Amino acid sequence: MSTTSASASAPAAGFDPVPVRRSPLARFTKRATRHPGFMAGAVLLAVILVLSIGAPLFTAHDPYAQDISRRLIPPVWHDKGSWEHWLGTDKLGRDYFARLLYGGRISLMIGAATVLLSGIIGTALGVAAGFFGGRVDMVIGYIINVRLALPVVLVALAVAALVGTSLNTVIVVLGLLLWDRFAVVARSTTQQIAHADFVGAARAIGCSTRLIVFSEVLPNILNPLIVVATLEMAHAILLEAALSFLGLGVQPPLPSWGLMISEGKQYMFFSPWVITIPGVALVALVLGINLLGDGLRDVTAPDNRS
Amino acid sequence: MLAFLLRRLAVALSVVLTVSVIAFLLLHLSGDLATDLAGPEASPEQVARVRVEYGLDQPLMVQYGQWLAGAARFDFGRSFYFRESVASLLGDRIPITLKLGAIALGLALAVAIPLGALAAVKRGSWFDRAALAFCALGQAVPTFWLGLTLIIIFAVNLRWLPVSGNATWSHYVLPSVALGWYAIPAVMRLTRNGMLDVMASDYIRTARAKGLRPHTVIFKHALRNAVVPVVALAAVQFGFMLGGSIVVEAVFSLQGLGQLAWEAIARKDFPVVQAIVMLLATIYILLTFLADLLNAWLDPRIRVA
Repeated sequence: MSTTSASASAPAAGFDPVPVRRSPLARFTKRATRHPGFMAGAVLLAVILVLSIGAPLFTAHDPYAQDISRRLIPPVWHDKGSWEHWLGTDKLGRDYFARLLYGGRISLMIGAATVLLSGIIGTALGVAAGFFGGRVDMVIGYIINVRLALPVVLVALAVAALVGTSLNTVIVVLGLLLWDRFAVVARSTTQQIAHADFVGAARAIGCSTRLIVFSEVLPNILNPLIVVATLEMAHAILLEAALSFLGLGVQPPLPSWGLMISEGKQYMFFSPWVITIPGVALVALVLGINLLGDGLRDVTAPDNRS
Repeated sequence: MLAFLLRRLAVALSVVLTVSVIAFLLLHLSGDLATDLAGPEASPEQVARVRVEYGLDQPLMVQYGQWLAGAARFDFGRSFYFRESVASLLGDRIPITLKLGAIALGLALAVAIPLGALAAVKRGSWFDRAALAFCALGQAVPTFWLGLTLIIIFAVNLRWLPVSGNATWSHYVLPSVALGWYAIPAVMRLTRNGMLDVMASDYIRTARAKGLRPHTVIFKHALRNAVVPVVALAAVQFGFMLGGSIVVEAVFSLQGLGQLAWEAIARKDFPVVQAIVMLLATIYILLTFLADLLNAWLDPRIRVA
């Protein structure tokens, strides 16, 4: 960045317009707002975030309150639907819209917590491999290979069945399994800058390895890691839904979208909306996160590489 | 090339060994298997008998050694639940899952490669944008939900295809679509990027300059080279599909390896779970090994690394 501004202050040659000097944040916002995918993802995700976090503001219903006399009421666009339960009710008469909103909290929470855990593991391994190279790199590369060979869904299911199924189990198991992409990306990006001049300079003035890693390496590999984090968050949310669907993830009566689909499965032939509604919510959330992640990759890419 | 091959083979074998330790320890450190097996009402003597019968009284190292020695000969002991050898249980189920995976991969490649190639040729057009949007949407659809939705549309409403089971070929159509779906975006993006790189290369410019027809250039010269990395990706995707088929088999009640794994986990039938983890991991390692070899054979620069 400093090199471009230095050359910009040189007299502009020929017809080159004089580049305007902008702060990184201003550049980011300018690029981001011009990227349709990024904006679509950001809006989608923002809507879901507001709806789930502010759930009590948008529905008066309790997501756990059962009413057996009002089971499987269809959504409002059906003949028998009503505005009181505008997305209908489930097999226990619980308001579907309320369960959807509170279920969003579970998905977001699992996605964020899993990525935090797997991000720390993967980044630590990847930076160590890329920074130290040699034997360390070989051993960590080997660990990554072993991890990749393990079938994720099967191992997650088996561990959940052994340890006992709960929200925390899902987070820990997925966090311990989904760090591979963080490690791969952190390793290759660290390798690229491990021999850069500024790292050598830091070493020459006597900085400790820890200081170099935290103040020189990490800030420079942060952008690609944030991209990985968004994509892995989507991955974790999809896996949680699959685990809950198979009965070994989030447990009833918690409202998880995967669990809602699982509970609705036996009614889907006559009331298909019981699986359509949570399914569409899942697609919207994952699509939003993925678009945001793909957009971030383009927006934070060095120079205009469109 | 031989040195490269041996080095990769050694790595692959040791990864298999490490996975075997993990698969073994994971399910053995989880408490007392004999008590689980004998059931809640068993007397201490009965528990002790079960312990001896299944070799659970041996030290862990000995148990691991015996299990590994057996596993190398595809003998994974007896199922806790079926009183049948794990190998024969697996033998019944493997063909179903392999068939499902093969059809799913075939479908995914048949859709993704032409779409990716066309998107690259018409770069920036509405088709390219639609294809990329389809990719983004495709990756956001959960496999199990796609399966259920396909059942509602094609089996319940249109009545074109059966809901579940594995009696005929038509039973494999919906599960294969559900399983192959997730691989389409990855393959398509790789084909598109590969095509873009190749199309920008000098030999394509030469082919164009000497007046070859556009579609000869695209299909004979460009696609052939662009598709090389896709072959390696396809091998890896096939490994993922075998692991992911557990969800699809549960949705469509296909009696394959995934369904067996799911049921075995629910029944705490550890020998079966271990065997399936081992089998899937080994297949994955084998596939990535072959993909590595293929890449190295096609691109000599890799062999040095």
